[in-house]
Amino acid sequence: MVGENNAGKGMPMNLPVSDMLRTSGKWFAGDGPWSDGILSTRVRLARNLKGMRFPGRALAEELSNVLHRVESASLGVTALEGRQLLQIEGLSVLERQFLLERHLISYDLASSGDQCGLVFAADENVGVMINEEDHIRIQALRPGFQLDECYQAASDVDDQLGSSLEYAFSDDFGYLTACPTNVGTGLRASVLVHLPALVLTRKIKKVLTGVNQVGLAVRGFYGEGTDVLGNFFQISNQITLGEKESQALLNLERVVRQLLDYEEKARDVLMKDAREQIEDKVMRALGVFTHAHLLTSEEVIGLSSAIRLGITLSMEGLPRTGIINEILLYAQPGHMQMMAGTEMSSEERNIRRSEFIRGRLKDDLAA
Amino acid sequence: MKCQNCHVAEATVHVKEVKNDKVTELHLCEKCAREKGFHSMMEIGKLSIASQMVWMAENLYPEGSHRVGQVQCTECGLKYSEFLKTGRLGCPSCYGAFGAQLKQVMRRIHGSVRHVGKAPGKNGAQFERRRQIQKLHEDLELAIEREEYEKAAVIRDEIRKVESTAADAAASDQSATATATSAEVADDSEHRAGPRRQS
Ligand SMILES: [Zn+2]
Ligand SMILES: [Zn+2]
Repeated sequence: MVGENNAGKGMPMNLPVSDMLRTSGKWFAGDGPWSDGILSTRVRLARNLKGMRFPGRALAEELSNVLHRVESASLGVTALEGRQLLQIEGLSVLERQFLLERHLISYDLASSGDQCGLVFAADENVGVMINEEDHIRIQALRPGFQLDECYQAASDVDDQLGSSLEYAFSDDFGYLTACPTNVGTGLRASVLVHLPALVLTRKIKKVLTGVNQVGLAVRGFYGEGTDVLGNFFQISNQITLGEKESQALLNLERVVRQLLDYEEKARDVLMKDAREQIEDKVMRALGVFTHAHLLTSEEVIGLSSAIRLGITLSMEGLPRTGIINEILLYAQPGHMQMMAGTEMSSEERNIRRSEFIRGRLKDDLAA
Repeated sequence: MKCQNCHVAEATVHVKEVKNDKVTELHLCEKCAREKGFHSMMEIGKLSIASQMVWMAENLYPEGSHRVGQVQCTECGLKYSEFLKTGRLGCPSCYGAFGAQLKQVMRRIHGSVRHVGKAPGKNGAQFERRRQIQKLHEDLELAIEREEYEKAAVIRDEIRKVESTAADAAASDQSATATATSAEVADDSEHRAGPRRQS
């Protein structure tokens, strides 16, 4: 689970960050294509500035120079409309966690300090992390399955930034990155898929081993190095050199479609062999959501997964996918505390979380 | 359940990870999770890259690994041995400084040592053209090797055509460096194709 924060109680909130509570980020809306099986699609492009040391080896002045150059270049990027410019240094631990839960920053950026920045569009569909592992990490997010749209959005930001910044690029190795695992296209495309039936039928290991073998990576909910929760799996490309962006996207798309296909077959098996048990599992999850008074964030992810499965199986009396996504987003520790406007112990959060979910579902199920 | 680390506090953070096909589970209290939890989870990813590099250093350069480790980037001062520890390079010039060794690394990670994707801004079109010329030269080489001379002649015409448009574009761009680079690439390939043509 996400690390807990340790900032002082009642610390002042950064205005733009707390403002974000009013919206849930368009990419989380649950209305994208294939949204019952796919939560979101993300594309990131790693870029570095020519003649500058990578952030891990650069001095503070150099980092500051990069930060200011990228920030001012970002002013000319039309895709970053209504942009917010944040310096990570000025953010509390809670605010960092909130942005992390929002998928706007990475663990690396959340835990780093000086001279790191984030620029993102008002709709949170695109953002640029500055001085993470690379000088520039452009990120595009979309709900559902939208690889091409995501790549296009990230690539547009790349082109516009590139018109005023000179990138480190070589004909042989392409875009030069701090880690040779990203060199070439600097592209990491990932799709967050929900595969409950494959998990329940115990086919998941075999299927994911197959995914690994075709050169794709499987990760948890928050990306690199994180745990797999609630049957959500992040599938992403690993090869960035010797393969065009379009080819990498196509490979990923093919594998994800195949996973969804396997998932559908596993669902058929479940409904044939264990219909009562599955329907019971889904309705019990809904029962816990609507009646429990203490809910941990891990529990919420697990229960959301069960209800999503019910929605996919077209069961009656369930909330909409969008509501489940919203619960998934807001039930996270950072979001719970930002909503409360204060730090809370995990016990306090568990109470608040259950209240929030009960309230949200009451509205939706009554509608 | 008690925390697996301190065995005192209640475990409230449960971490699961799927790597290849092994699932590992950790039950920690909030404090221990914060101390080692997600940060160390991150490190796992980095470590595996770093250990991959060490594996490569040991297996690809069994005798010279010490010597290779001493190679240093003149721009940022990073030693190859430091790169092997962290898996991170110091600056763009490191790619030149550690070229030979890095190629082995890249081949292992990506199965390739040559970029074929997007290129930045104005250079994009020129890069594409250089790429195209390079590819044609390789096709030419292959055709000659297979003694498909008619095909080779067609490819050679194609190369002349692309090269002349490349030169036009470069000239209109008034970019002397680009012309030089594309000529260098062409020259280099001619040399490689040369001796085989004679055989
Ligand atoms: Zn502990
Ligand atoms: Zn260097």
